[in-house]
Formats: sequence, C-alpha cells, structure tokens
Amino acid sequence: MSLLSDTGKYVLLMKRVLVAPDRWKMFFRQFPKELEKLGLQSLPIVAIISVFIGFIMTMQTKLNTSNPLLPVYTTGLVTRDTLLLEFSSTILCLILAGKVGSNIASEIGTMRITEQIDALEIMGVNSANYLILPKIIAFVLMMPFLVIFSMALGVGGGYFVGVLTDIMTTGDYLIGIQYAFIPYYVFYSLIKSMLFAFIISSVAAYYGYYSYGGALDVGKSSTNAVVNGSILILFFNILITKLMLN
Amino acid sequence: MIEVKNVDKSFDGNHVLKNVSAIFETGKTNMIIGQSGSGKTVLMKSIIGLHRIDKGRIEYDGRNLPDMQMKEIRVLRREVGMLFQGSALFDSATVLENVMYPLEMFSDASKEEMVERARFCLKHVSLAEKSFNLAPSEISGGMQKRVAIARAIALQPKYLFCDEPNSGLDPKTSLIIDQLIHEITHEFDITTIINSHDMNSVMEIGENIIFIDKGKMAWQGNKGDIFHVDNEALNGFVFASELFKQVKKANQ
Repeated sequence: MSLLSDTGKYVLLMKRVLVAPDRWKMFFRQFPKELEKLGLQSLPIVAIISVFIGFIMTMQTKLNTSNPLLPVYTTGLVTRDTLLLEFSSTILCLILAGKVGSNIASEIGTMRITEQIDALEIMGVNSANYLILPKIIAFVLMMPFLVIFSMALGVGGGYFVGVLTDIMTTGDYLIGIQYAFIPYYVFYSLIKSMLFAFIISSVAAYYGYYSYGGALDVGKSSTNAVVNGSILILFFNILITKLMLN
Repeated sequence: MIEVKNVDKSFDGNHVLKNVSAIFETGKTNMIIGQSGSGKTVLMKSIIGLHRIDKGRIEYDGRNLPDMQMKEIRVLRREVGMLFQGSALFDSATVLENVMYPLEMFSDASKEEMVERARFCLKHVSLAEKSFNLAPSEISGGMQKRVAIARAIALQPKYLFCDEPNSGLDPKTSLIIDQLIHEITHEFDITTIINSHDMNSVMEIGENIIFIDKGKMAWQGNKGDIFHVDNEALNGFVFASELFKQVKKANQ
C-alpha cells in the first residue's frame, strides 16, 4: 500500500517538476550551480574509485587467469569490458546515489522543514519545478562525462598497475583493451547511466520534498533516498540490460 | 478584505475547524488568537490555500479561493506576502538577493530597478546597509524577521500573512517587529492577518481580533473590547498571566 501511495506521489511530483520553468532566466541561473555541485564536485570521488578499481581489477584478473591456455590479452579485455559494461555505469551510479542522492535529499529536506518551500509556494512559484528540474537536468547531462572519465581512468589505472607491478607487459595489456572492442557497449553504458542519473536525482528530490519534522527526519529522508535509489538502480539495470543487450 | 464564511476542515475524521466565519479588514492588523491546538494555524493555512477546506468560502475581495484552479491560485498568491515563524529566508542567497527574489520571479523590471526596490524595502524595515550582502545565518533573529518582512512587501502585496511573528524574539525586538507590521499595514493599506498567542502583540497592534476556541470562532472584536468580554474561554486565555490579571483589575 505504501509502495503504491509513494509511487503515486512520486508521479504527481514529477508531473509538477517536468514542465517548462516559470522563468527561464531563473532556471539558467540555477542550472550552472547544479552542474558544478552535482557534476564537477563528484569528479574527485569518481577519479579515486575508478583508478583503484582499475588497479585491483587488473591484478585480480591476472591472478585468476594465469592459465597457459588463455591468451595473454585476457586481462586487458576483462578489465575493459567490466569497466565499460558495469563498473563505470552501474557501480559508479550506486556510489553517486550515496553522494549526490543524500546531498539532494538533505538540501531539499532542510528547505522543507525550515519553511523555505512554503515561502516559494506562497509567492506563487512552482517550488517543485524551480528546485528539482535544474538538479535533474544537470545531473543527467553530467553523467555521461563522469562515466567516460571513469572508463578512461579505470583502464589507465589497470595499465599502470600492470606496468608498475610487472605482472604483465604493456603490449599484452594494450592488445587486450583493444581486442574485440564493441563501441555499442559504450553507448549502452552511457544510456544506462543517464537513466540512473534521473533515478538518483528524482528519487532523492522526492524524499527531500516530502520531508517533515526536524533534523532527524531529514536524515531519515536522506537514508531512504540512498537506499531506495540504489534498489531502483539495481532493478532497472536488469531491465535495461535485457532490453539493450539481448 | 478577506471574508471567511462557514469554513469546515477535518483531518482523518478530526474536525479541526467548525463552521468558522470571520471578516479580515483592509488596512487593519487582523489577529487570529487562541490556545495551542485551537485551530488557528489550520485556519491561517486554509485562508492561504495550503490546506483545502471541506466546506465554506474564503473570499479575497470577492474571489472565492476554493473555486480557483492551481494556476489562478498562483496568480492570487502574487498579491500575497507572508512572514513565516522561522523567517524562511533562502540560506543560499544574501539578504539583498532574498528580497530581490520575488521581483526577479515576477516582475519585468530591469536589474537596477530591482536592486533599487529591494534596497528601498530593506531600508524601510530599518536594516543597516552593511548587512545587505550578508547571508541570513550571519544576522540576528530580529534582523532575519525584518528581511522576511522586506521580502514580503517587495511586490507590494494586497494581503500580508504573519505566522507567529514574535516567536523566538526578546520583548523589545518583538515590539519593534509588531510596530513595523502595523506601520506597513497602514502605509500600504494591506489586509494583514497575524496568527499569534502573544498577548503583548495583541494589546499593542490588535485592531481586529478573532478568537478561536476548539475550532470555533468564539469572539471577534478589538483590543479595547477585550477587557470587558464575558467569555470564559477568552478570559481564560487572555488573563492567564498575572500581569494581564493586574491590567484587567486596573482597567476595571
């Protein structure tokens, strides 16, 4: 019952959010701030995680594929495809559901409990549209760049660990990351991550917008935003993979 | 003028407002008073349209709010200013930007004109110029209330709502805020509705007082009449403190 009611409220909220802004001037003032806050400020965490995942994936793959029957380029190929297909889209989005999702939910939730949203409504502003739309559009547009950035750093991280630890030659790794490359995987990954960006930002905004009570309740809204956003990402990951890769 | 006629409002079977009727006059400070839980906040939120009423009429100079579509309500709200209990200033903006916000959202004036209007409003509420570029968190509670009043009057509203304007303020600052609201009401001929349980405010600026008791409109009058009313619930509320008991004695 709660799921149905939450879904209904979410749909009604999105109906208010996904309309043309009252004033485009105000939208374009808010939009660059959101690009910076949700996108650019996520670069450090994306960089750190991607490089280290690239490191560990190369090391683990090499350790677990040390069979003379397997071609030497296996490590590079597995690292590349794992990054392209899952890590740089799904896993990265799960991490960003924590960082960006809690940021959006707590910001909007605090505005709700301090009556700032009521103040917007009393002024005659569509508060849902004014507060949420720039966040959704900014995050959805920034996500492909974050994903490509993550892919590049992950593959680069794998290369460095391979060379530094001497577990494989540069040539073997380079052959591996180029072997049987399917450009469609990049497209699939970008589309998937944009859908996840929409889920993260809209679900977090929903929990923030319907916060009530005090600081403790805003904390609960943030937690709900992260948990439910993550579950939805995992669910839609199966759905979109079935649709796009089968 | 705002006229409330036979308004009923329930929440999950809890009948909060029972056939409430009242008139809020233009150019006067109209006060809704009552004990906590009496329904005065629900009445105010219903008048603004934050709660949809079950029955009755809420007329803004003849325009019935419950009959309006959301678009029409938004247009009406551009004629409304509101001072919230916690000021509700946008903490990501400076004091000046807060006051400019409604202008940027709804007026077609140039940037210079908007800045000029915002500065005029801030000066009107006696806010020092050095605080114009500060964040709301960097100024005191009393100053935040002044900024909120300046923001509320920026678009020259016809109706001003104040929810517990003295909440969290010391008696001296409360008095200043009360006088400021009173002055603005008269100067701009606004229909002002104040939700309060601060008897000092009531006695200071209450020109039209509506007493709500257990969801019903129990009394309507002015601050002069309040000492001579034979209403048990109102007397219990107004003369709860020793100070007001003494004042009543002195008046008799």
